[in-house]
Amino acid sequence: MEVLEQGSGELIGWHDPDENRQWIRENKSRDLIDKRMPLSEAIGRFVRDGDLLAMGGFGHIRVSMAAVYEIIRQHRRNLTMAGKTAVHDSDLLIAAGCVNRIEVAYAFGHELRGLSPASRRVVEGGGCKVIGETSNAGYQWRFLAAMMGVPFIPSRNLLGTDTLKHSSAKVVTDPWSGKPICLLPACYPDVTIIHVPRCDLYGNAQVDGTIIEDFELARAARRVILSAEEIIPAERIRDEPWRTAIPFYLVDAVVEAPYGCHPCQMPLLYYFDEDHIRSWLARSKTAEGAAEYFEEFIFSVAGFDGYLERIGGTQRLHHLKLVEELRA
Amino acid sequence: MNAEADYTPTELLACVAARLLEPGKSVFVGTGLPMIAAMLAQRTHAPGLLIIFEAGGIGPQVPVLPISVGDSRTFHRAVGASSMHDVMSISQAGYIDYGFLGAAQIDRFGNINTTVIGDYDDPTVRLPGSGGANDVGSFCHRTIVVMRQDSRKFVGRVDFITTPGYLTGPGAREKAGLPAGGGPYRVITQLGVYGFDDLTREMRLVAIHPGVTREDLRANSGFDVAMPDDVTVSPVPTPDDRRILREIDPTGLVIQREK
Repeated sequence: MEVLEQGSGELIGWHDPDENRQWIRENKSRDLIDKRMPLSEAIGRFVRDGDLLAMGGFGHIRVSMAAVYEIIRQHRRNLTMAGKTAVHDSDLLIAAGCVNRIEVAYAFGHELRGLSPASRRVVEGGGCKVIGETSNAGYQWRFLAAMMGVPFIPSRNLLGTDTLKHSSAKVVTDPWSGKPICLLPACYPDVTIIHVPRCDLYGNAQVDGTIIEDFELARAARRVILSAEEIIPAERIRDEPWRTAIPFYLVDAVVEAPYGCHPCQMPLLYYFDEDHIRSWLARSKTAEGAAEYFEEFIFSVAGFDGYLERIGGTQRLHHLKLVEELRA
Repeated sequence: MNAEADYTPTELLACVAARLLEPGKSVFVGTGLPMIAAMLAQRTHAPGLLIIFEAGGIGPQVPVLPISVGDSRTFHRAVGASSMHDVMSISQAGYIDYGFLGAAQIDRFGNINTTVIGDYDDPTVRLPGSGGANDVGSFCHRTIVVMRQDSRKFVGRVDFITTPGYLTGPGAREKAGLPAGGGPYRVITQLGVYGFDDLTREMRLVAIHPGVTREDLRANSGFDVAMPDDVTVSPVPTPDDRRILREIDPTGLVIQREK
């Protein structure tokens, strides 16, 4: 097929399918092993400097903030972020100096709450480079191509726009219809961290509510860390196998992290902590304010349990639960 | 603006937008006013309106304004809570009648910019990027844009085409390979409502809001928008509309309550 147009965005996360098949064969276990470990070990082993990171969830929904704080605590550097509607996670990771490259479908904006001062300051000051543009479906379907083990997937978005010009997509002539069609290259993130309501010790996970992009992302990423509100007995998975969204053979680490999304929303369990998000947005207007925030909520606490005490403990979390249930 | 009006500009915008949504149709919505317009339509003339959210919420009965297009209110009492792959696929396959978008900048062909103001490599302002906007603008049968109008937003050429309108004019979308027959249908601002000429695909005035003059429109546009003689006047929000808007957005997150 003749390539009609080629975007100038950097191609990240692409592997020749044969290379990735070999990688999976050698590096992913199909054995039922106990993958539970502390968050510090999961991040220490599976998030390396220079990795391409794609966080699960969407914006401020079902995002593993416990993992984000741990990545910052461990001073990871030179991460490339998949900006697939990456909002609170990317805002903090860019502000903390962990992420210095981002491919943007949607970033730098907290939806109705407004634009993010911290990550925009870093990008505008040159500390983080935007390496390409795409759209939400553009990113989603890159993960689909990787999940399918194919080098690209065709789509009919991006065509005719500057978004395509700054993407890593190509345009070819569809050999059936004769019309131009966009080709999205597969994306295999080096690591993803997905927060789920429950999983067993092997990593079989259920997701309540919308799964958003995580079905494909869990099957695209080379390393998958699950943080779970609770770890359940394996028998409960086998009671209802149709509820398994992410099966064990995709998963490298299982971390028990109740309230692991705070201040983001965990659908059906707890609401956004708007006060906390508002405070971050206000304090992070300056680099000093952002640094003070990180000191207070990440570096001066022992771990995520310490963080939860700082944000108001069980009383605050109970209130957020009531709001989520439309009872407050 | 009519000083005697007992409604606010955002209330008017929401009502005008809601009236465009027909019963028995599907609408893909984003944050803010689009969601409010869809919810208002659902609670007034279009109870069966199928609302779709890009994170996978399908046909919810939205209890209160969601803060995010992905939050749990977007699949409250829904018929489905699915995935982005699902809803984007059905959009691409032709199931979505209306797509609602905001815009930082728009041009005469309805091309939208939400990526950068200024030069891409050295922007004056870096905006969030497409999100689902490019997908909505590419796939929905008709796109409706809701935005604030001024001469820096209504421009001859957008700094960056994030989302396709009619690109460079008639036939350009199809030539680029975009699904045939789609494109912008209406642009709703605090001053009036614009449509797109069937032949030239250029924006032209369709309705003017009460109390707004053609001078106001010209002063708030960076290019010469066609303003034919026969335009309608937008109906004002009814007391029922205003009450329902207060129920939808009780904290006034989006709907401005006092003028």
